[in-house]
Amino acid sequence: MTEYDSPNYLIALPEIFLAGTSLILLMVGVFIGNRSTTILTWATSAIMMVALIMVLVGDESRSVTFGGLFISDIFSTYMKSLVLIGSTITLLIGISYVKREGMNRFEFPILILFATTGMLLMISANDLIALYVGLEMQSLALYIIAAFKRESIRSTESGLKYFVLGALSSGLFLYGASLVYGFSGGTGFTEIGFAVSNISDQGNLSLGLLIGLVFLAAAIAFKVSAVPFHMWTPDVYEGAPTPVTAFFAAAPKIAAMALLIRLFIGPFLDAFDQWQQIIVFISIASMGLGAFAAILQSNIKRLLAYSSIGHVGYALVGLAAGTEEGIKGVLIYLAIYMTMTIGAFACVLAMKRKGQMVETIDDLSGLSRTNPSMAFVFSIFMFSMAGIPPLAGFFGKFYVFMAAIKADLIGLAIIGVLASVVGAFYYIRIVKVMYFDKPKEAFDRPIGNELTFVLAVTGIITGLFFAYPDPVLDGAAIAARSLFY
Amino acid sequence: MVIEQITFYIFAVVTVVSGIMVIGSKNPVHSVLFLILAFFNSAGLFVLMGSEFIAMILIIVYVGAVAVLFLFVVMMLDVDFSKFRAGFTKYLPIGGVVGVILLAELILVLTAGSGSFELPSKTSSPTPDPSIVENTEALGNILYTDYAYLFQISGFILLIAMVGAIVLTHRKRDEVKKQRISDQVNRDPKEAVTLKKVGPGEDGTWKSD
Repeated sequence: MTEYDSPNYLIALPEIFLAGTSLILLMVGVFIGNRSTTILTWATSAIMMVALIMVLVGDESRSVTFGGLFISDIFSTYMKSLVLIGSTITLLIGISYVKREGMNRFEFPILILFATTGMLLMISANDLIALYVGLEMQSLALYIIAAFKRESIRSTESGLKYFVLGALSSGLFLYGASLVYGFSGGTGFTEIGFAVSNISDQGNLSLGLLIGLVFLAAAIAFKVSAVPFHMWTPDVYEGAPTPVTAFFAAAPKIAAMALLIRLFIGPFLDAFDQWQQIIVFISIASMGLGAFAAILQSNIKRLLAYSSIGHVGYALVGLAAGTEEGIKGVLIYLAIYMTMTIGAFACVLAMKRKGQMVETIDDLSGLSRTNPSMAFVFSIFMFSMAGIPPLAGFFGKFYVFMAAIKADLIGLAIIGVLASVVGAFYYIRIVKVMYFDKPKEAFDRPIGNELTFVLAVTGIITGLFFAYPDPVLDGAAIAARSLFY
Repeated sequence: MVIEQITFYIFAVVTVVSGIMVIGSKNPVHSVLFLILAFFNSAGLFVLMGSEFIAMILIIVYVGAVAVLFLFVVMMLDVDFSKFRAGFTKYLPIGGVVGVILLAELILVLTAGSGSFELPSKTSSPTPDPSIVENTEALGNILYTDYAYLFQISGFILLIAMVGAIVLTHRKRDEVKKQRISDQVNRDPKEAVTLKKVGPGEDGTWKSD
């Protein structure tokens, strides 16, 4: 018998806690039935908050467990905190929608909990297999909640589209992973890192590793919905129930970005020259498409989908720089992006007229007169997304563009600024519609306590970020530093 | 040594012959039965090679599940198999060409292949020497010890798939009659059965008053 050392479970405590409690909640749901949905939603939120505390108080030094499959460092702490906060808030803003729109089934919060667990596993993956199972755990739960409103054709359509294209991207990922394994001789990031640095010392990266790298990049670009792998985003965002869309835009994107950073700044750091071209291209393409395609949209969810494609492009500018400062920029950008997106979707969730959800931009006409406070908050988010100082969105863009300029990517930074000028048009158009168009019938009120609370908090953070940005800036700085050990 | 060789040839010959019979026999049920025989014999070949795990899997998965499934399909579906054979001569030339190309490529790979790419000699989990560690044990070590974490998450993925299938397709139908065991057990014969006296001249049919 070989000697067997028990792995250090403490490092993975938040994940183990989430997985264990999700099973308990599933049992509770099965026995009590759909009456328990609201209770389970609150319980899920509480569990995610407890997991957040576990993440934050956990050991911050770089440590691996499960035989090197699982890694925990400050970067993972930062990303996991974002994901947990994003999941919890999007779960809460959906409570009344879920109750109202015939989605009142107990599996909903539990699937979100499963997806969140998968995201945490993705962020902590230190091995291609671990990465893949985390990714699948997340994606499978997401496909299901996209189609959760199964009486609605649009929702099932979006679930099916997401599933088919997601399966395709998983296939791309596995193909790339098998090539990387074949040409590096290992699935662990450390082993791949050795192989990559060995080969790149001798000159060029081997063809097999290069092709594998391209496939991995394409598969993850799919998950972050970067151009040219963005086709599913507008349809899925439009068709899925609004709370689910909010969840899609907030949490999984951040987890997938974490994956991209972990993979490229980790094992493939020595192949920087190779992957930089890929990232620069998808970054420019995403910024461009996000800016131009959104102009023609009349549906607010579709518009936000294109806007999120654009934001991914801006965030990738920081990764393209490949420096510690660039990663810091990405991390700041993601935190701010998540806040703005959740706020914007909370506004969309409040767009209800005579009990019916409405989601075209025209429906917002004259909101400043019928509901001035909501119009004001919505304008803050729109101005912030456009990148107008002193709102939070400006700082996000500022840090990634500065990093790009310092890394001699001046062309990329200029394109980014130009794209955000074009993008500002459609963000500000929404503000114009709300303030200067003829008022339509008012939206239903009250919008609900959770929504009011989330709108207030995200609005304050977005609007007053400049007054006290230190927690995010410092957190991002040490998280980025932990990757370049 | 001699016994080993004799065993090998018995297994090999039976495998090949039953393989031919799978495509040769007229009755599809016989085909499936020959397929099962072929699986059993190739399992024997794997045992001779010292890879008992694949042998077990072959019997459990292929014979136990797949072949039985085939048999079910063949018996349940009313497929006219003589129709499938109708175009045999028509498709023979093109099928032959494809076969020859495949054979040529196979030979090409076996003779000229390997060596064009420089593959690393080290792999994550190299196959251990069967004389030291049995391969079932080796696989078990990888799956349940080294990769226990991945094994657990795979379990979660399957659970999510199951939850998803139920969430997306399960419907509560009220018209379905279900067996309620407690109701059945609690039935009282005094209430369930009534004795009716049928008087002379009555035919016993129910008359409503």
